[in-house]
Amino acid sequence: MASYSTNEFKGGLKIMLDGDPCSIIENEFVKPGKGQAFSRVKIRNLKTGRVIERTFRSGETVEAADVMEVALQYLYNDGEFWHFMDQQSFEQFSADVNAVGESQKWLKDQDVCMVTLWNGTPLSVDAPNFVVLTITETDPGLKGDTSGGGGKPATLETGAVVRVPLFVQSGEMIKIDTRKGEYVSRAKEG
Amino acid sequence: MEQRGVAEVETPACCSAAVTDPALASLATLFTGPGAHRGKPLYLHTSPEFAMKRLLAAGSGPIYQICKVFRDGEAGRYHNPEFTLLEWYRPGYDVHRLMDELSALVRCVVAKPLTEHRLSYQALFAKHLGIDPHTATPGALRQCAIERGVASAEALQMADSDSWLDLLLTHCIEPQLGPDMLLVYDYPASQASLAQIKPGKIPLAERFELYLNGVELANGFHELADAGEQRQRFQQDLAKRGRENLPVVPLDERFLAALAAGLPDCSGVALGIDRLLMCIVEADHIDQVLSFPIDRA
Repeated sequence: MASYSTNEFKGGLKIMLDGDPCSIIENEFVKPGKGQAFSRVKIRNLKTGRVIERTFRSGETVEAADVMEVALQYLYNDGEFWHFMDQQSFEQFSADVNAVGESQKWLKDQDVCMVTLWNGTPLSVDAPNFVVLTITETDPGLKGDTSGGGGKPATLETGAVVRVPLFVQSGEMIKIDTRKGEYVSRAKEG
Repeated sequence: MEQRGVAEVETPACCSAAVTDPALASLATLFTGPGAHRGKPLYLHTSPEFAMKRLLAAGSGPIYQICKVFRDGEAGRYHNPEFTLLEWYRPGYDVHRLMDELSALVRCVVAKPLTEHRLSYQALFAKHLGIDPHTATPGALRQCAIERGVASAEALQMADSDSWLDLLLTHCIEPQLGPDMLLVYDYPASQASLAQIKPGKIPLAERFELYLNGVELANGFHELADAGEQRQRFQQDLAKRGRENLPVVPLDERFLAALAAGLPDCSGVALGIDRLLMCIVEADHIDQVLSFPIDRA
């Protein structure tokens, strides 16, 4: 099994801790002039997203985590799993609800997502930063209102609900910033 | 230094022998040329201590040096593997008199008024952690680290008290020290390094350190002058290096010969110039006071 010494620690390095894959956020070297050196490390648990701190003696080694980020195309949801495909190799991957998390609100088939794989299994799915989705239901707005002030809730084809300006109507396509979950603009077909 | 009659000296950065302290690692290089056809290993000094003591033994009187020193394995917010030391030696001074001089020098270059505190190593640990560093067992020190919230302290594999004391000092005490100047003295005998040990119920090393803004800036000793004891400490260091799979380096026999010939009773101190500059300009990373840090050297 591959391992890393504390001398290899840097932001982004993927290691195993207590059986979970983790990513190093930052590593601080601490050493008294004539004494033991330590690495004080901030680490994100990639399964839970929690940030923890760890202290290592310099020179200690930890197991490497087989974690990589790949761009995969979203295919469909079968009710239990979300299925993705590598567009080069056509290899398919299925992600469970823990991996998809909040991103499921924005997933539309054929969109390309960044998927973090751990030992070949999706650990987390990041929806594209911007997605175009169709409004399936919203109250009819007042004709001629183009101010954008106020706004109203709109339900999208994926089931997500966002606030949109009053002039936007059912059946229209809109662009969403998935990081904030906010309406950006009306969008053209495709 | 000139006003105080301390002479400037220069000693080699490349030495045929190296520091034995297992907590210090020397960078090494190879000289190939006349007299060294197959290449002669040379160690870059981690401090100019051995060579300066040879000058003292030769009768130099008080001396100082500002030089680049080199430590393998050290890079971070407060560490660059190549850095600058001001080191000086005072025949006839004890550690308290040298602490006075060090304090005066730091006040002279730090433009703002400084409040000064002096605490023994024991008082420092009692004040901040409520434990006695000289009598606490490794298990008690470990428990203290866990209680004080040192992340994953329970998973650290360290058998000796000194490693736990180093952990508590760097993780729990230093962050609490604040902006004042602090001089710490009377270290555990096991951390004597090259300092004389005062005998007593609890033997103490005549060693001191200076902190400013919670950052260790200087380390000083009432210098060990006994060649036999020095050789014994070197050999203990080498044995520890052997156990820990660290490089076993050649002993500095010329330094030992100088001690045998007679080192005047003296105290010496080394002050990290880069960290002192960090304090003066309020830098929070050593890279900010270096022209080209190791990543861009």
